[in-house]
Amino acid sequence: MSIAIDVDRLSKRYLLGEREAYGALRDTLARALRAPLRWINGRAAHASAVRESIWALENVSFDIRQGEIIGVVGRNGSGKSTLLKILSRITEPTSGRAEIRGRVGSLLEVGTGFHPELTGRENVFVNGAILGMRRAEIRRKFDEIVSFSGIEQFIDTPVKHYSSGMQMRLAFSVAAHLQPQILLIDEVLAVGDAAFQRKCLGKMDDVSRDGRTVVFVSHQMNQLRRLCGRCLWLDSGRVVNMGPTAELLNRYEASFMEASSSPADVQRSPGARFLGWTLGTSHQPRNTIQGFEPVTVRFFLRIDRPIQSGHHGIALFNRDSQVVWGTANDDLSFSPGTYELVYHLPLQLKPGSYRWQVSLFESGKFIDGVDLVPELSIETPPLGHRLDEYSGFLNLPYTFDVRRTDLSEQDLSLRSGTSG
Amino acid sequence: MNSLSTPSELPVQVIAPARGWVPIRLGELWEYRELLAFLVWREVKVRYKQTFLGIAWVILQPFLTMIVFSIFFGKLAKMPSDGLPYPIFTFSALLPWQLFAFALTESSSSVVVNQRLVTKVYFPRLIMPISAIGVGLADFTIAFGVLVAMMAYYGVVPGLAALTVPLWVALAALAALGAGLWLSALNVWYRDIRYTLPFLTQVWMLLTPVIYPASLVPEQWRPLYALNPMVGVIEGFRWALLGTGPAPTVTLATSIAATTVILVGGLFYFRRMERTFADVI
Repeated sequence: MSIAIDVDRLSKRYLLGEREAYGALRDTLARALRAPLRWINGRAAHASAVRESIWALENVSFDIRQGEIIGVVGRNGSGKSTLLKILSRITEPTSGRAEIRGRVGSLLEVGTGFHPELTGRENVFVNGAILGMRRAEIRRKFDEIVSFSGIEQFIDTPVKHYSSGMQMRLAFSVAAHLQPQILLIDEVLAVGDAAFQRKCLGKMDDVSRDGRTVVFVSHQMNQLRRLCGRCLWLDSGRVVNMGPTAELLNRYEASFMEASSSPADVQRSPGARFLGWTLGTSHQPRNTIQGFEPVTVRFFLRIDRPIQSGHHGIALFNRDSQVVWGTANDDLSFSPGTYELVYHLPLQLKPGSYRWQVSLFESGKFIDGVDLVPELSIETPPLGHRLDEYSGFLNLPYTFDVRRTDLSEQDLSLRSGTSG
Repeated sequence: MNSLSTPSELPVQVIAPARGWVPIRLGELWEYRELLAFLVWREVKVRYKQTFLGIAWVILQPFLTMIVFSIFFGKLAKMPSDGLPYPIFTFSALLPWQLFAFALTESSSSVVVNQRLVTKVYFPRLIMPISAIGVGLADFTIAFGVLVAMMAYYGVVPGLAALTVPLWVALAALAALGAGLWLSALNVWYRDIRYTLPFLTQVWMLLTPVIYPASLVPEQWRPLYALNPMVGVIEGFRWALLGTGPAPTVTLATSIAATTVILVGGLFYFRRMERTFADVI
């Protein structure tokens, strides 16, 4: 098989705080006045002299053969998204190079360019064009896209009247019909209900059978195990390993349970460190909920020095970074050792993936806090209305009846008056 | 690497850091012409969907401005108008001017407004400022109908010179694009641009013969005055449709030269800056 993607010592450096780098002209002018020579010599040189930088990717090299489906795993901030952004030419590498053979389509977000004022039909065309489809191609696949989404009857309604679930379905359907020779996907399949996800994954299976190459970032190990022949594991911008999926993912998952991972992490921790989390009571790591019954969630915490009056906070975030649930516990004391913080609770949430954030404080001083990997994946069937499956947070089993009542309106107003 | 089985027709894309000035790559721009068309179409559709008067705004805006100008500058200030009725004199300038001002303003903010696209999808970044020009041209085409109606009302019959109208329109669009390229790239780094723009377009209008005839400018200042590309555009537009004076050949040549410098410089500057857009925006 020939090589589809050849990545050679790719590196990307970000200047810290660069996202807020744009500012007022005044600042630049003031800087130019203070140090005219340095400014003239180039702002890049100036910036690196003053600002700290971070290597989002460092000397990353690997090959992907044509027709392979490659999964990319790693903690948040390990460089996965940066890698995809470079390969899809959204941003440039700082050094190194990559060669890509074939037309590239990338899917870093679903529904890019969707406009609420436009109808579903209009958005399919705009979004398709943005993703790199030709007008003729969109026209040819239009009916297929719409029927895949299952919202035929609303296709001429402005998207602003759609529920978020309907928007998502339509956006996914456009994306699922993107058929470039090389497809780069960033975690977008993490949203949505299991049935629709399966539909999309099935579409991807077809894609690979056509000899297309797919690079696929995901936190969902079950998806990766199903789809990918090989996986690439990144950590702190470097390649930890690349190899057959089963073996690599087992080691990747085990790494969360290890007492200490990298020396840098130990340095960072001033006395305690969250090691990871799992569902259930068995030793086997698990991060997927498939039923509605209450679950046991265990968080592993290593304590390096005695801690008095500890305060432990926890929050669960959804994909949109909204807090879905949170609580805190006071007056904890620990002696050095490894602990489990065990919660038992019902997590009847809309299907999708969620992120745990845990923290530990001592007398108001921060000790450790982290967004845990892997993400929590909820794969219960959605119980809401078919067109409104993802609205809100909760996926509650409920019953619904319509009954005739003998109460008069007066009775009703009396009741509401007395009960407040 | 086993290249034997590589189908030779597969395009090879090399990704590597670029340094300094980079080529414009008009060919790639052409490949993405459909996306350009869709972005223009999206803007045109969206802009009038939620407004009460909808597309009528395109006509009302220059028309009402023309009435105000005619009252204050034409009637009260007795501004000379090259022997033409003042309303049609100023309206014939307001159309290309509003095309220019609108295209300039929209293209300057085009990159910042399309933040999501910049950070999530690849396409030639030049598409953004160019699509803003396209929206301006669509508006212009509609408003042009009003000018034709006014010419009929005042009994102005254009000669063959009217065939040059597309040239003046193109010049206005390219001048706006040229300036818009500089400003849109700068806008990513300095959000001040947003505040400077209204001021900039206002001053620019005063430096352009919209309210007054160019003949009011002293002879010795004309060459300098013509460096403003919009002087050539509006002189030419009036000459083509209303038959004012001789063909403005010298002014036109100066304006074309100035536009070329701004546009080519803008293209290279934009291409040089665009590689930082996704990281900074």
